[in-house]
Amino acid sequence: MEILQRLGRNTIDTFASIGAASLMLYGALIAIPKWKNIRLTVEQMYVVGVQSLLIILVSGLFIGMVMALQGYTILVNYGAEGSLGPMVALSILRELGPVVTALLFAGRAGSALTAEIGLMKATEQLSSLEMMAVDPLRRIVSPRFWAGVISMPMLAIIFSAVGILGGHLVGVDWLGVDAGSYWSIMQSTVDWNEDVINGVIKALVFAVVIVWIALFKGYSCIPTSEGISKATTETVVYASLAILGLDFVLTALMFGIS
Amino acid sequence: MTSRKNEILVGLFVALAIIAGLLLALRVANQGMAGNGETYKLNARFDNIGGLKARSSVKVGGVVVGRVSRIYLHEQDLIPVVELEIASEYQNTFPDTSSLSILTSGLLGEQFIGLQPGFIFPEDLEMIEEDKVCDNAPYSDCPYLTNGEEILDTKSALVLEDLIGQFLFNQGNE
Repeated sequence: MEILQRLGRNTIDTFASIGAASLMLYGALIAIPKWKNIRLTVEQMYVVGVQSLLIILVSGLFIGMVMALQGYTILVNYGAEGSLGPMVALSILRELGPVVTALLFAGRAGSALTAEIGLMKATEQLSSLEMMAVDPLRRIVSPRFWAGVISMPMLAIIFSAVGILGGHLVGVDWLGVDAGSYWSIMQSTVDWNEDVINGVIKALVFAVVIVWIALFKGYSCIPTSEGISKATTETVVYASLAILGLDFVLTALMFGIS
Repeated sequence: MTSRKNEILVGLFVALAIIAGLLLALRVANQGMAGNGETYKLNARFDNIGGLKARSSVKVGGVVVGRVSRIYLHEQDLIPVVELEIASEYQNTFPDTSSLSILTSGLLGEQFIGLQPGFIFPEDLEMIEEDKVCDNAPYSDCPYLTNGEEILDTKSALVLEDLIGQFLFNQGNE
């Protein structure tokens, strides 16, 4: 009996939180920032996007470099080091760019969003906003949501570009792959819609999921210091799992059936 | 004033993203160059095209002069027909005795079409000098490859299984 009751309570709780999260997403979505409120979104883009730039640039560069190094040592055995360009470009554009950016974004920006909103809730700033007849969904949640959704695909594009340049640095400048074949075989292999646009779509989907989880976890956390720390951890864990799971589904949809 | 600084940094961020997007478009995916430039078409029939694909390159001694635009099966003869697009700057350049062969770059590289330029009969050369036959004449009169013409001399791709089969067959005979 005890077990059945616990199972039932867990199920109800799960569905209740999915419902609450959907309501919050709906609230954030319909509150598209008006022109006079655009400043709030731009401020959040600074926090979410610009402050994530350094980690994205550095990790993009190093991932591109390591891809070129690993790819070269294998491809050179077959005399196919000319294929280094497309190998680096395709794996970064299709997979590593969106996924690694999303994981870093969840750790860097998602956790910060959860902690910030959780602390606002714990210090009753959200309740005071409601007391002043300011909708916290409009004022707090929506600008952060849109800032994240706009910033994250841009970060992924920057990551991919820097990664390919990093691959060029190691492959061409250090290991001596011909620069002409690095770029030209890449150009004949990479397709704009198939590879670049699909990567950006992936990044967009990941952005919605990360920001949604982060905001909801912050908005619904238990307003104690322990609750905030738990919510922050959950944000990173759930967002990372969701990214990796969704990545498989999206990849199967985009590249699996051809 | 901090707000102003932040806005400038956000502007920089957006500009950086646009530059990265342009880099991907122009340098990596070659979007700006695709389908650019005038071309003329040639056809060729092969017995076997191996791993040739649309957008494979057509090379003369390693220099890319065009691309494969379409590959389809001839309805009656049931053999592959390859449609080539050659850049217009090579119009009236290749004699119609030129031959095509499907080659592979490197051991595992992609396949491309090698165009081996042929020769021009001396009497045709005199004809060209006298009057410009190639400008509007039906292409049978022109000693050069012109738009829509079919290249007759083609060599199929090497298929490893066929080679091995032949080798085993020869071994068996000895």
